[in-house]
Amino acid sequence: MSAHLSYGRVNLNILREAARKELREFLDKCGGSKAIVWDEYLTGPFGLIAQYSLLKEHEVEKMFTLKGGRLPAADVKNIIFFVRPRLELMDIIAENVISEDKMHSPRDFHMLFVPRRSMLCEQRLKEQGVLGSFINIDEYILDLIPYDGDLLSMESEGAFRECYLESDQTSLYHTAKGLMTLQALYGTIPQIFGKGECARHVANMMLRMKREFAGSQTQILPVFDSLLLLDRNVDLLTPLATQLTYEGLIDEVYGITNGYVKLPPEKFSAQKKQGEAGKDLPTEPKKMQLNSAEELYAEIRDKNFNGVGAALSKKAKIISAAFEERHSAKTVGEIKQFVSQLPHMQAARSSLANHTSIAELIKDITTSEAFFDNLTVEQEFMTGVDTDKVNTYIEDCIAQKDPLIKILRLVCMQSVCNNGLKQKLLDYYKREILQTYGYEHMLTLNNLEKTGLLKPQTSTRNNYPTIRKTLKLWMEDANEQNPNDISYVYSGYAPLSIRLTQVLARPGWRSIEEVLKMLPGPHFEERQQLPAGLHKKRQQGENRTTLVFFLGGVTYAEIAALRFLSQMEDGGTEYIIATTKLINGTSWIKSLMDRPEAQAS
Amino acid sequence: MMIRSKPDEDEYWNSSKFKAFTFDDEDDDFTRLKESKRAVNSIRSLVEEEDEEDDVEKVSWSGEPVGSISWSVKETESSIRSTGEVRDQSFPKIHTAPSLPKNSSGYSLSSLFKGKAKTGNFQSFSESFGDPSIRNYAPELRKPKSEYKDYVSDWTPEETVKRMQQGKVYSLEKFHSLQDKLLLLDEAVNAHDGNVITAVLIYLKKSLSKEILFRELITREIALRHYIHYLKEIGEQKLLVELFKSLDRTEDMALMQYRDHLNIRDENKRRDFLKNCLSLPFSPDDATHVQDHYTLLERQIIIEANDKQVESSGQADIFKKYPRKASILNMPIITTLYYSCFYHYGESDGTFSSPANIRKTFRISDKQFLLTCLGARAKLKAWFDVDALFTTKNWLGYTKKRSPIGFHRIVDILQKNNAPVQVLQDYVNLVEDAEQKISLAQKYKCHDVIINTYRDLKDRQQLIVYRGKVERGSSEYRKIEEILSNSQIRWKN
Repeated sequence: MSAHLSYGRVNLNILREAARKELREFLDKCGGSKAIVWDEYLTGPFGLIAQYSLLKEHEVEKMFTLKGGRLPAADVKNIIFFVRPRLELMDIIAENVISEDKMHSPRDFHMLFVPRRSMLCEQRLKEQGVLGSFINIDEYILDLIPYDGDLLSMESEGAFRECYLESDQTSLYHTAKGLMTLQALYGTIPQIFGKGECARHVANMMLRMKREFAGSQTQILPVFDSLLLLDRNVDLLTPLATQLTYEGLIDEVYGITNGYVKLPPEKFSAQKKQGEAGKDLPTEPKKMQLNSAEELYAEIRDKNFNGVGAALSKKAKIISAAFEERHSAKTVGEIKQFVSQLPHMQAARSSLANHTSIAELIKDITTSEAFFDNLTVEQEFMTGVDTDKVNTYIEDCIAQKDPLIKILRLVCMQSVCNNGLKQKLLDYYKREILQTYGYEHMLTLNNLEKTGLLKPQTSTRNNYPTIRKTLKLWMEDANEQNPNDISYVYSGYAPLSIRLTQVLARPGWRSIEEVLKMLPGPHFEERQQLPAGLHKKRQQGENRTTLVFFLGGVTYAEIAALRFLSQMEDGGTEYIIATTKLINGTSWIKSLMDRPEAQAS
Repeated sequence: MMIRSKPDEDEYWNSSKFKAFTFDDEDDDFTRLKESKRAVNSIRSLVEEEDEEDDVEKVSWSGEPVGSISWSVKETESSIRSTGEVRDQSFPKIHTAPSLPKNSSGYSLSSLFKGKAKTGNFQSFSESFGDPSIRNYAPELRKPKSEYKDYVSDWTPEETVKRMQQGKVYSLEKFHSLQDKLLLLDEAVNAHDGNVITAVLIYLKKSLSKEILFRELITREIALRHYIHYLKEIGEQKLLVELFKSLDRTEDMALMQYRDHLNIRDENKRRDFLKNCLSLPFSPDDATHVQDHYTLLERQIIIEANDKQVESSGQADIFKKYPRKASILNMPIITTLYYSCFYHYGESDGTFSSPANIRKTFRISDKQFLLTCLGARAKLKAWFDVDALFTTKNWLGYTKKRSPIGFHRIVDILQKNNAPVQVLQDYVNLVEDAEQKISLAQKYKCHDVIINTYRDLKDRQQLIVYRGKVERGSSEYRKIEEILSNSQIRWKN
């Protein structure tokens, strides 16, 4: 289940093990049989840490999802609520507890807040008169969840909104805490770089926390050479663009949550059993786990989608050839060897079948006219064509009532690529949007303006072209099949965030001072003292390891670009990626909408 | 596929060609996917039987790995439902003593930062909220006596905040003076722990007058943000409005109040609420939008009441023929305009429900108006109305067709509404660009347009090619023959 976490440069399984240990300790505190009542949202992130078997070993006999009313019957000694600290959940829990008391039940109540206990929530429980019913209230610090061999996520959906719209820095505090945990397990990170207000803030907190725990210095040889903290609002452009890597497209089209994707079942049903096809076609979506534990997926996930077909067919040939070998196996020994390899070959075969089907699904979309038109406009904006005029494609999309999020992505992109829109143009778009989608979206437009995604042009000078040229954000003839530059992940556009990362490693940020000043927030460098004797002696040619932390979210395409840099032969740096949340343009804009679900009834 | 041509202004980009994301060699890539599919299929027969066992991880059909947490939640839940397990009501009530928390021996994540191993980690709220009833359960049960006894001690703000962060017993009541309270708040802010900041703010809210609290928060930006967030969370709208007022953040306040209309279901109440919003200090732009929003709902209510009555009385044919699928209430203005063009076309400008009146009141752009109107009339197959939309007379009295939108788009819209070829080809003919015209005509099989265009272009070759595409002996075929044999035409090829 978790072996893939330890394959990478940094063994992230240590982090997972520490988290599991903590969970076991909590469960053992509540002696006797137990039932867990889950805040459904948490089952996803917890799935990355533990399976049901672990809970079972610690006498968890039943599990329920949190719902109002009376708790289901279960003959257990303890009822444990696993919840996020949210007021609305407290009300449901209170309802559960109150209805339970009426039955004179002997069950004990416990509460586990994830990732932090909240006094606000506890106060609400008290107001509801149920706080006293809890024997134990605790917190389970699930700050950084190991997501893959080189990827950590806090899975905190609201982080961007909280930080940049509501100016609530609680998630930054959690980030700093998470980084302290990481340093406790993997050693002090000697160098901290950063760009952006939030980055500065996190670095300050880390340094302060380190001072406070100065006595309990960990004696661990540092695994990471440096940490780079990047604010999402330093690069607002990248998540707006449609990701063109295989994994990025799966996320754009179907949405990946907690490492799983739900796919339309049709393409998969046919391959189950040919004889029974059509008999009972499944209507439920097919759910698949996507991570580097799957060999084929690890190979193709970060490729530009235009390179996926070739990779799959190459793989198909290899597998076919392997199966063909059964004909040449003559001796008992040879047959035995063939048979011993069968399970592995079968796994490879089913993996190939799945990804061929997914690629077909995606291809239907990427070859559609709508996708082409949308991408053309994105590329025009990113290259700076006509970003100061009304875009007829956007106009058409509004007239056709295309999904609002699609419109917002494009308008925001135009605004970002033009360093703001002329007041007249901005007003025009706003009016069209409000008239077509409803006046209440005024609230959403206001949110986008507050975060800087949409803004009126304040100076006549548009500095985006300078940034684009200096950082080489647009590369002609990006090679999609055999990439030689990170721009392959968006078929021409090199993500700004990753360029900053790349330049930092070589030749250093001093070379781009001017551009850094154009981007929001301070840039800085801090050093952390290492205890004597823990200074790493680098071998000749040994790569540096850098942890890049994206505050406010990161896309799969950006991750792909960093992996590409890690694998470059003369790159000299390997990257581990951490983030508050894995995002794409759609999920990101959605998080900034004011009650997207509250459509006119 | 259509290529957008844009004037190149920026010299730098003159050289760029836009590569859209399509497979460079479509066929090639398609075959590649097919290839891997074939390979998969060819080896299937060999491994069919073991198909289900090859995965390390077992997966239920919904794809949830068997044994994963979310799967197990469903499993244990459904097993209870299916067995109909009923709790034994007479089960004797036993008070089992809560097991004492174990001191964690090894390291745990949190203990790394708490300076010591975690103990009960239980915290009393009684002190901060002054409710003695809670005290019964908390410290006595869970706290070792040694820790409990000193909670009345004189902790400094710093110590208090640290204790709060560590989940230990603490007391806020002893911070009496304003100065002490503010020291405590500043200390909490310094710790950056939102949870602690909020707890302190809850205490200050209780123990300080709002005027004083507001005044102090103005100079404490971070605490202020947390306070605003807290008030939002607990739904203290009134206090929040007062706070925004005292901060002079009137636009925020206005938007926040406006937002509340979303929670009002009843349309009349919602309208009245929006009317009250009109006096709020919005930015000039937003004020216009809110005014429009109010006017729109006001009219929708009138139109809805009227049409509902007309529809049920069976007076108007249009409602009989096309019964209304949904109420028009709370729909966007463009949808309302569409509705108006559908059910109230031709009404005089004076009525609220007429398209012209709506267009004027809500300042709808020419393009939007045309598109919406076109959609509605085409849906009704009112081709005459469609025609009239584009017809303009010049001063000599000649009529001419004009459109603020390219005619190629008009053709698309008409086609989507199943316009007959006769109607379509009129509009295809109006497309100016010859190439675009031909490709549209081919797409929608407007033979006459194609034939005439090739004739006008004097393109004999293309005409011959096209003759091969139409049915032999059909009227189109005869027309091509006729043109080709016309000796008057000076062909260019």
